[in-house]
Amino acid sequence: MKPAVWTGEHFMTGDVACAEGALAAGCRFFAGYPITPATEIAEHMSDRLPDVGGTYIQMEDEIAAMAAVLGASCAGVKSMTATSGPGFSLMMENLGLGICTETPCVVVNVQRAGPSTGLPTLGAQGDMMQARWGSHGHYEIIALAPASPQDIFYQTIRAFNLSEKYRVPVLIMSDEVVGHLSERVVIPDPSAIRTVSRRRPKGRKDRFKPFCPGPDGVAPMADAGDGYRIHVTGLTHDERGYPVMTADCHAEMVARLTGKIRSNLGDIIQTESYRLDDAEVAIVSYGVSSRSSMAAVDEARQDGIKAGLLRLITVWPFAEEAVADLSRRVRALFTVEINLGQIHLEVERCAKGRVPCHLVGHAGGTVIAPESIVQAIKDRL
Amino acid sequence: MKKAKASPSHPLDALVRTERVPHIWCPGCGIGTAFSACLMALHTSGLDLDKAVMVSGIGCSGRAAGYTRLDSYHTTHGRAIPFATGMKLAKPELHVIVFSGDGDLFAIGGNHIIHAARRNIDLTVLCVNNLNYGMTGGQVAATTPTLAKTTTTPRGNPERPFNLPLLVYAAGATYVARWTILHTRDLTQSIQEAFQHKGFAFIEVLAPCPTGYGRRNKERPLDTLKLYQDRTIVKNGANPAEAALDFERGIVLGKFVEEQRPTCIEMYDRTCRLPDSAAG
Repeated sequence: MKPAVWTGEHFMTGDVACAEGALAAGCRFFAGYPITPATEIAEHMSDRLPDVGGTYIQMEDEIAAMAAVLGASCAGVKSMTATSGPGFSLMMENLGLGICTETPCVVVNVQRAGPSTGLPTLGAQGDMMQARWGSHGHYEIIALAPASPQDIFYQTIRAFNLSEKYRVPVLIMSDEVVGHLSERVVIPDPSAIRTVSRRRPKGRKDRFKPFCPGPDGVAPMADAGDGYRIHVTGLTHDERGYPVMTADCHAEMVARLTGKIRSNLGDIIQTESYRLDDAEVAIVSYGVSSRSSMAAVDEARQDGIKAGLLRLITVWPFAEEAVADLSRRVRALFTVEINLGQIHLEVERCAKGRVPCHLVGHAGGTVIAPESIVQAIKDRL
Repeated sequence: MKKAKASPSHPLDALVRTERVPHIWCPGCGIGTAFSACLMALHTSGLDLDKAVMVSGIGCSGRAAGYTRLDSYHTTHGRAIPFATGMKLAKPELHVIVFSGDGDLFAIGGNHIIHAARRNIDLTVLCVNNLNYGMTGGQVAATTPTLAKTTTTPRGNPERPFNLPLLVYAAGATYVARWTILHTRDLTQSIQEAFQHKGFAFIEVLAPCPTGYGRRNKERPLDTLKLYQDRTIVKNGANPAEAALDFERGIVLGKFVEEQRPTCIEMYDRTCRLPDSAAG
């Protein structure tokens, strides 16, 4: 066996750092399917996993990859897959199975410009609403947006920890630029990395109810083969996991699936503030666009505009309070993202008309230059 | 007179979630017989049943997982095999059984079954073939005989059905058999063999669907069983190419293939793992 944590200083791409973050988090199963610009994650995992006691498999398509990840997780192994837009679309149905059966796993979407095959080799942030609502039915999901190789290393660990804690698939909404960018990545000693594993059941195996939540709203999870003889289904089910085809049972189940996320927003939502204290204009951004936005804040301040940045690290659930609070303190909000207005709509919703909300975005294929953000701010102030 | 001693009413009760009875299967349906053959094979197999898992997809046969007192997973339509593949790879000590229907495994899930067979992943796959989509009320399937009537082929099926044993054999399955629900003992024995088999084991089980298929094709429940008796011939070792479903000329049953080839996991351990971590 080789060490699972590559402690040291490295120069690596975001995709490789994502894979290393997964290994450091305890991921020991990866099912993939090649797709630009996420392939390097699968390639790296295929080389590393067998040496740390894990397993890599390349499945026949992304539908199968997502299904295999759920199967492996139900067997008790932390599991991940990585893809881009077209594969993300194919994973949506089984993502819903993961949500309904409360199966922890991590799904990485290294976004490229769509719709359809789009621009496979060029970045975008156009799948943000798909991340929120792409699978059918009403649910809550956790999605994180890394901004650099170092950041994706830590966000991937955090994704696993949140997924295990809340028994929900967690999405990492990376993009082609972060995925292919090579930067310095410092990987700490394993003792400095906090990892979380799902709570396992205790007590009499024949009395165990696999979907009976604890005080935190999350049920302990038995691995296949542990002797609990559980039943798990994507049908609406009761605490025993048995299908119940009634509106009442459905209301109860969906309330619990959404409630375990909604009642822990403080733990799940992370944001980062940059020069916001005295800001009169605030940018809301995430992922690679938050880096352009940070540079734009500095440039704008050089030109006498008191700008600041709210970076969304957790994109879903949305940082409603932070954005609402900001809308009470500034003269205008600018959402910077590589699409034609997705998170922008959320910002507008939370600002409730208190301040003008503007979008700085385009359809994808290149990053947003800081100058164009500064220009947009100047044009609209 | 001595009072009868209170005892479990059926030897398979320990393997059935009896609290979920009544089940959804219609009168005359063959799935229950295939299901009890599977449970009987499990009961007599000597396997550690805490390590046995049943995975199903969607459809009438897909409901089997919900009635089995094992760790049981009722997944999405067509995806039982990749789910089971992930589970087996993550925890090789599990005995993973896929119990599902022809539509689930060969139409929507067709891509997965050929790749699972190619990999020779150690799964036991039971395919209940009732020649149509029963759950949704009797639509044409990839197994429906040419000219047969279904709700979506009211003028007769213009297409040709799959020969399932030939398909999985061509893809690389190392155990291939076919029985009907009338051949319960052969079927049960075959399932036991499949449990013991190392690699991808596939058993097709022909089963009547009087509600969805039979009544539109002038087959009463007993007519179908009569066909299973009169128009079948047991030919162990038969070439799967001769196993096309043709009720006019006769249906070949039996164990067609039993070969040894390294499994997916054996090949992965041998090829990809460092010598000192091969057991990992």
